[in-house]
Amino acid sequence: MNQGTQPYVALDRVAKVYPSPRGDVEALADIDLEIAPGSFVSVVGPSGCGKSTLMKCLAGLVPITSGTIDINGRSLEGPPGAMGIVFQRDVLLDWRTILDNVLLQAELRRLPRADYRERAMQLLARFGLEGFEDRHPWELSGGMRQRAAICRALLCDPELLLMDEPFGALDAMTRDDLNVELTRIWQGTNKTVLFITHSIVESVYLADRVVMMSRGPGRIVEVIDIDLPRPRPLSIRETPAFGAYVHQIRHHFAELGILKE
Amino acid sequence: MTGWRKFLMGESRTRDVLLVLAALVAIWELGVWHYEPPRIFLPPPSAILAEFLTTPELFIRHMGYTLWTTLLAFTISVALGITLSVAIVYSRLLERTIYTLLVALNSVPKVALAPLFVIWLGTGMEPKIAVAVMLALFPIVIDTVLGLRSVDPDMVNLARAARASQLQILAKIRFPNALPSLFAGMKVAISFALVGAIVGEFVAGGNGLGFLVLVAQGQFDTTRVFVSLVLLGLMGTALFYALDFAERLMLPWHVSQRGEGGSQHGG
Ligand SMILES: Nc1ncnc2c1ncn2[C@@H]1O[C@H](COP(=O)(O)OP(=O)(O)OP(=O)(O)O)[C@@H](O)[C@H]1O
Ligand SMILES: [Mg+2]
Repeated sequence: MNQGTQPYVALDRVAKVYPSPRGDVEALADIDLEIAPGSFVSVVGPSGCGKSTLMKCLAGLVPITSGTIDINGRSLEGPPGAMGIVFQRDVLLDWRTILDNVLLQAELRRLPRADYRERAMQLLARFGLEGFEDRHPWELSGGMRQRAAICRALLCDPELLLMDEPFGALDAMTRDDLNVELTRIWQGTNKTVLFITHSIVESVYLADRVVMMSRGPGRIVEVIDIDLPRPRPLSIRETPAFGAYVHQIRHHFAELGILKE
Repeated sequence: MTGWRKFLMGESRTRDVLLVLAALVAIWELGVWHYEPPRIFLPPPSAILAEFLTTPELFIRHMGYTLWTTLLAFTISVALGITLSVAIVYSRLLERTIYTLLVALNSVPKVALAPLFVIWLGTGMEPKIAVAVMLALFPIVIDTVLGLRSVDPDMVNLARAARASQLQILAKIRFPNALPSLFAGMKVAISFALVGAIVGEFVAGGNGLGFLVLVAQGQFDTTRVFVSLVLLGLMGTALFYALDFAERLMLPWHVSQRGEGGSQHGG
C-alpha cells in the first residue's frame, strides 16, 4: 500500500522444511511478503499448501529453515509480545468458564486478572456472548466457542492479530455475522491482521490484500490488492467490482490447476 | 404404580447392586442351612455377622490399622507419583532412565519382595507402607505421564504465543488436562495400596486385617477369616467410591462427568 512506511511484517525468502523419517516435507518455499502496519491481509490457498505453517512461523512458534522474518523492524525471536492468535480449532480449556478462558490470556502474560475483567466482559458482550461468561465451553455451540477464542486473542489489545481459518467450521450465516463483527472491530483500531481462509469470497470481503498460495511446496503465487470502499456491507459481495476480484482469484487458481472452472 | 413396583422399575445403580448382593447373601444363607457343609468350610452369613458382633472393637481396631496404612501409602504414592511424572515428562534423561526402569520393574512380581522389606524396615508399619507404595505408584505414574503428554499441541502453542513460562504451561494447561488421567490412575492405585497393606500384614507384624486373617486361618476359624474378608471388601469399596466422589466434585468439566445437557465437540 503505501511505499513510504516500514512494513509491520516482512518475510524474506522464508522456507520451512519439516524433517520426517519418511522424507522431509517442504511446507514453505521462497516466501516473500510485506504487510503494512494496520492492514488486513488474507491468505487463501488449497488445503495443505502451508497456510497454518506460515502463520506458526510468523508467530514464532515454529522455527523457520531459512530466510528472515522481521516484525515491527525487529528480527523475530520467539513469539512477539503484542500478538494475538486464533487457531484453526478454538482450543478453549474445558475446565475453565468462558470468562476464565478469555482471562487466560492476561494470566499467561502475568498481567493482573482484575485489570482485564471489565474488558473481557465488554469483548464477550460485543461478540454476543453476554450471559455465557460462567458457562463452560462444552455448553456452547461451535460458533460461540470460536467467538470466545477471538475474545481471548483480543483481550490484551494486540498490534498483530493472526487468525487461522477461524470460521472454517461455521455455517454460512454465522460466518457472515462474524465477518462483519471482525471488520468492525478491526476498523476502530490500527491492528495488523493476517487472516487465513480457504474461502475466496471471505478473503476478498475482509482484506486489503489477498495473498494466494499454492502447494507442493507452499509458495505465494500472487498478491492482489482489494480496492473496495470501507465499511463494507455484506451486500458488497453482489457488486460487479467484488465479483471481478473473486473471478480474478478463481481464474488464477484454475490456471494453476488448483481449481476447475 | 405401587411403591414396590416403582422401586423395582426405577433407575438406580446402587439399588441394583444392593439387590444383587442381597440375593447372593440370601442364597448363601439358605444354601448353608439346606446342605449343612462343615462350618470350617463355609459359615453362613448370619454366623459371620454374629462373630463380628462378639468383638466388634477388635475388628474395628485392626481395620483402622489397615485403613491407616493404606491411606498413608496412597498419599505417598500420589505425591511421589505426580512428582515423578512431571520429572519424566520434562526430562528426556529421566524418561529414558526412571520411566524405562519403572516399566521394566512393573513386570516383577513385587509382592515377592515383601519379606525383603521386613528385613530392611522391621515389623512395624513401614514395610507395609513400602509394599503398598510399590504397588500403587505404578498406575499413578503411567496414567499421569500419559495425561501430561496427551495435551493438544495448539493449547501449548496458545500459551507459548502469550510468552508463558514452562511452569505456567504446566500449572495452567498440562496439569489440569492430566487430572482425569490422574484420577483414573488413583482409582487403580487405591485398591493396589490396600492389597499392598494386606500383603505386608501377612508377612510380618501383629496388626491389621491381614494379620487377623492369618491368625484365624492358623486356628481354622473360617468364620473369623470371613469377617475380615467382608470388612476388607467393604473398605476397598468405600475407598474407591470416596475417590469417585472426589472426582465428581473436582472435575465437573470432564466428559465422563457431564450430564445429558453436555454436547460432544469434535473440533
Ligand atoms: N508438524 C508437522 N510435521 C511434519 N509435516 C507437517 C507438520 N505440520 C504440517 N506439515 C505438512 O506441511 C504441509 C502444510 O501443512 P499446513 O498445516 O501448513 O497446511 P494448511 O495450508 O494449513 O492446510 P489446511 O488448509 O488443511 O489447514 C502439509 O503437507 C503437512 O503435511
Ligand atoms: Mg491449516
